[in-house]
Amino acid sequence: MSDSIIKVTNVKKYFGGVKALDGVDLEIKKGEIHCLAGENGCGKSTIINVISGFYTPDTGKIEIDGVEHAKLTPKQAIASGIQVIYQDLSVFPNLTVMENLALNMELADGKKFVSKKRMREIAKEAILKINFDIDLDELVENLTVADKQLIAISRALLNNAKLIIMDEPTTAITQKEVKSLFKVIKKLQAQNISILFVSHKLDEVFEIAERFTVFRNGKNVASGDTKELDQNKFTYYMTGREIKEEPYAYIEKENSKTILKVKHLSLKNGFEDISFSVKEGEILGITGLLGSGRTELVETIFGYNKADSGEIYIEGKKAVINKVKDGINYGIGYIPPERIKEALFLSQPIADNISITRWDDFSNKLGVIDEKKVNESVDEWVNNLSIKIGSSSDPVRTLSGGNQQKCVLAKWLSLDLKVLILNGPTVGVDIGAKFDIYKLIKELAAKGLAVIIISDDLSEVLTNCNRVLVMRRGKIVVETLPNEVDASKLAALVIAD
Amino acid sequence: MNTKRILHSTEFYIAIIAALFCMIVQIKSGQFFTGNNIVDLLRSFTIPAMFCLGEMMILISGNTDVSFPAIASVSMYVVCTVFDGVFTNPLMFFLMAMLIGLALGAINGIIIAYFKFPALIVTLGTSSLCFGIMQGVFNSKEEPLGEVLYRVGEMKLFSVTNPQSGLTSDMPVLVLAMAALFVLGWFILNKTMLGRGIYAIGGDAIAAERAGFNVFATQMFIYCFSGCMAGMIGVMRATMMLAVHPNNLEGMEMTVIAACVLGGVRITGGKGTVIGAILGMVLMTVISNSLILLGISTQWQKVFTGIIIIIGTAVSAIQTKKNEKKLAVKMAAA
Repeated sequence: MSDSIIKVTNVKKYFGGVKALDGVDLEIKKGEIHCLAGENGCGKSTIINVISGFYTPDTGKIEIDGVEHAKLTPKQAIASGIQVIYQDLSVFPNLTVMENLALNMELADGKKFVSKKRMREIAKEAILKINFDIDLDELVENLTVADKQLIAISRALLNNAKLIIMDEPTTAITQKEVKSLFKVIKKLQAQNISILFVSHKLDEVFEIAERFTVFRNGKNVASGDTKELDQNKFTYYMTGREIKEEPYAYIEKENSKTILKVKHLSLKNGFEDISFSVKEGEILGITGLLGSGRTELVETIFGYNKADSGEIYIEGKKAVINKVKDGINYGIGYIPPERIKEALFLSQPIADNISITRWDDFSNKLGVIDEKKVNESVDEWVNNLSIKIGSSSDPVRTLSGGNQQKCVLAKWLSLDLKVLILNGPTVGVDIGAKFDIYKLIKELAAKGLAVIIISDDLSEVLTNCNRVLVMRRGKIVVETLPNEVDASKLAALVIAD
Repeated sequence: MNTKRILHSTEFYIAIIAALFCMIVQIKSGQFFTGNNIVDLLRSFTIPAMFCLGEMMILISGNTDVSFPAIASVSMYVVCTVFDGVFTNPLMFFLMAMLIGLALGAINGIIIAYFKFPALIVTLGTSSLCFGIMQGVFNSKEEPLGEVLYRVGEMKLFSVTNPQSGLTSDMPVLVLAMAALFVLGWFILNKTMLGRGIYAIGGDAIAAERAGFNVFATQMFIYCFSGCMAGMIGVMRATMMLAVHPNNLEGMEMTVIAACVLGGVRITGGKGTVIGAILGMVLMTVISNSLILLGISTQWQKVFTGIIIIIGTAVSAIQTKKNEKKLAVKMAAA
């Protein structure tokens, strides 16, 4: 017996010539909640695959509960109590909750025939482990992501799990659901189960983990007690850069113009009687739960939906916005939350993605596009925003999340914008690139743009906006200043009912 | 299954549509619920309905197959011409055809499951290959059916005569085989881990692999099973027609896929029931065979089947959309 559930020493793993893991160590004690953090490509997924037996490391030692495994197979890993909850959760959407819970067990027992009775018993036992109340006959595709996650957790527990690895479990769920997930994790800890929690959200790491390990480029950069961490250190470990976050200092001048003014705007099943305004140079934050109407609101201002009643004024003049083209003509730019689905043509060249909003300006009377003008403008924006690219003819797909987001920004900024609306601007973006984007937004605002940021990430809203609106059930319930509230107070305002 | 879930299922809607259609035909012509009409319907239903079983398994697993009519034809043709006079036991013909079908299905399976090539293109290829071999190697043409199988074809459970028209129809013994096949298919899909594996792979192949399902073996099984059944069905077809037609099954793949989708089998995989596929084929058969009773020329048959396919697919698409909307509301409320 050992007091560590897993101890990995000096593990190296190469793919071809690429070092995915370059001699890393990772030790998780029994009953410990351990956070693993790092930017994309730091080796997080590789180490998960090594621990769960899917990859055999080139060199290094793996000890599970004091027993050394020279060549760990997935079966051995499971038998030793290691369970992985993948980001995609590995559930079967087309099957019932009962089957999702019980099939793995039945397969592991070598069962050839189906017994509904036995499966129901297994499923009941599984949900009882975390007191999860759910209809066993419901199809999993009808469940929320949070419920699917609980199914994956209960299923993992059936196999006498001693270590549960959760790969970024909080990315697709709401704040409220994160809270209840954390309760479940604490409950597991009370049963002496260790958790390896992969995340790079510092507030979560503080709240849930006792110890942490950070990887960068396949190497350990730090590990220790989370109590010793602070935001600056954490960011430095992950990115290797000193990044200082400073609140946005907005100074209202006497002659500051009101750029956007919304009066009594309503949309059925979306939002009701919304009035607010944004001046030049302001960064206005709008936050609220999913379904609070925040997305519908900004999409209506942009012209994606047509408001049922109310008025929008741009620079004091009444604006008629019925469709997206109207919004663009009034100088409104919108960056949607699902960047990949809604804002980029992934397989198309970077240049086309950046220049698409201006093709009218670059083409002659016959509609033929002048490539030279396009390239000049693209180069200019790639430089301006320091987008890291190989060639502007590469598809956008080849860029990292942060650089993709910069392309979306470039697309809008090359137009003469008055209002820029960003919906979840840093979802799925590495921490380093995140700060680049923040810096950019602040610079843009300082130059006179009116900016609106919609976000779930409350600390993002508090450090980057000079004013915050909280929406609940389609209405603005609070308007506040970042120096009047902290993240937990703001969270309470968002959730309160 | 509780009542609410039954009421929301595609199977329920298809059953109602089929029943309504039968009623209309009965009211209009008075000839629908007559013994010989029912027997005739069953005769034209048997072959495509059996094909549905193999195809639905493949569709549920998230793949597709358009080669089964070709596999059926080539197995049947080889068995009925090359082995004519070799066997005296009719079962041997069926067994031989099943072996040929199995081998052809295995080729599909290996290319699709091992090399992971797109199933539609692969089976289009094997389909063309099978019909081509029949023409090139066997110089295929319509042939008379050998004596042993001819006798099987003449075996009937009973005959019915319509008192009004004097027309007689025979109920072939093979409907028993069809019934047995349905039960077998239902059993595999619902009562074995193999069957649940087919659903699991159709739901999420990577998750199935992680859960411990043998994805390769499962995919091999369904293509082999489908090929094997196709071989058998080919010979059955010959006995029912009392002749060896090399290519009159061509095109049946579309009817079969349409019937499956009508019956609620999800074309992208993961969903479908045997009863649904059967009901889908019932509807297709009833419509294409009853228009004449309504006084509509058979030339309009394809128009009607087309309309029914589109309406039927729309119904299930609307159901899916409704569910998605419900989920979105649920997520928002959470």
